[in-house]
Amino acid sequence: MENYLNIFIRSVFLENMVFAFFIGMCSYLAVSKSVKTATGLGVAVIFVQVITVPVNYLLENYLLKEGALKWLGEGYADVDLSFLSFIMFIAVIAAMVQLVEMIVEKFAPELYNSLGIFLPLIAVNCAILAGSLFMQQKEFINIGEATVYGIGSGSGWCIAIISIAAIREKLRYSNVPAPLRGLGISFIITGLMGLAFMGFMGIKL
Amino acid sequence: MSEEEGIFSKKNLKLLTNPLSNANPITVLVLGICSALAVTAQLKPAVVMSLSVTIVTAFSNLIVSLIRNTIPNRIRIIVQLVVVAALVILVDQVLKAFVYDVSKQLSVFVGLIITNCILMGRLEAFALGNKPWPSFLDGIGNGAGYGLILVTIAFFRELLGSGSLWGYKLIPESWYIANGGWYSNNGMMILPPMALIIVGVIIWIQRSRKPELIED
Repeated sequence: MENYLNIFIRSVFLENMVFAFFIGMCSYLAVSKSVKTATGLGVAVIFVQVITVPVNYLLENYLLKEGALKWLGEGYADVDLSFLSFIMFIAVIAAMVQLVEMIVEKFAPELYNSLGIFLPLIAVNCAILAGSLFMQQKEFINIGEATVYGIGSGSGWCIAIISIAAIREKLRYSNVPAPLRGLGISFIITGLMGLAFMGFMGIKL
Repeated sequence: MSEEEGIFSKKNLKLLTNPLSNANPITVLVLGICSALAVTAQLKPAVVMSLSVTIVTAFSNLIVSLIRNTIPNRIRIIVQLVVVAALVILVDQVLKAFVYDVSKQLSVFVGLIITNCILMGRLEAFALGNKPWPSFLDGIGNGAGYGLILVTIAFFRELLGSGSLWGYKLIPESWYIANGGWYSNNGMMILPPMALIIVGVIIWIQRSRKPELIED
């Protein structure tokens, strides 16, 4: 239990996707103009992440990794398919996103409309693929840990996008130098938020 | 190539040069930031990364443009992803074979070229509607525009943060406080958030010089 909590806290705060690795920045900057859409996208990312990370974990451990094919028989024990992992992961992600898109369209048409083009683009949101690639790198010992990591990294991204959206809503009333307006100031604010998040580094886990 | 248009006609050259300034993928179109920032603490990985992205963008543009009339519209994203993923696997294997240390440093970011927005953006916006050769040039141009920003950021971060360029020490050892001098590296530059602030400043400079890019 402690172990799971550990992974969760670490992936939300210490290794925050946005502030520590700049992952998923494109949609982070593009969809963060209002808190409402940002929340929608953030939740969608958590959702996709929770599904894709464990699925890719299974693929990694029973199909791709060196020696993963042992269950087929001794002859397969030293087959290493890990060079295929990019293509497998992205295929799983694209399929899952398609599924999520269909579900959201059916049950929450309002959210579907407000997310617009960004829902299909989750497939190419770096945060999702990065979740799977980091999972591969961290070599979790069981699927539970991988799932918790999925939830954690998704939530970290969600927190980041909601907070920048809230700041940008307030920013509309302030007098920013013209050339910095929009993109420029968002970058600098993200940088400052990143510095603040580095304060969590001191936590011993 | 049609006859009235040369291989390096004005229009085609514009495809190459535009992304360097007015339509820069990072500072103007906001594409491809994800990987741009994490690999810029030093010059060498930044250059390797820009080269890889340029190669993948150029060739995926070329391939998708060649098969653009046969891809069914509904599944085009998956087709594009497969093309890109195949190219990225090639690049990854080459990097692992020839520059293993840099490949270790780049870690997941080579894989993340697949989801680099520049690729999808250019494929969707350009390659699907244009002939192969212009698409190829567009890919190179955008890769170069991306590389330009990456190298600029990495230049400042490595120079100010570690006092070196491409791994070679530029600041003499005797300048450092530890050796009785007066100089010390700005450790902040190595931290990830500084990359964002440097991009912010680059955007600031670019937009002050080109007021037509200012957002309201």
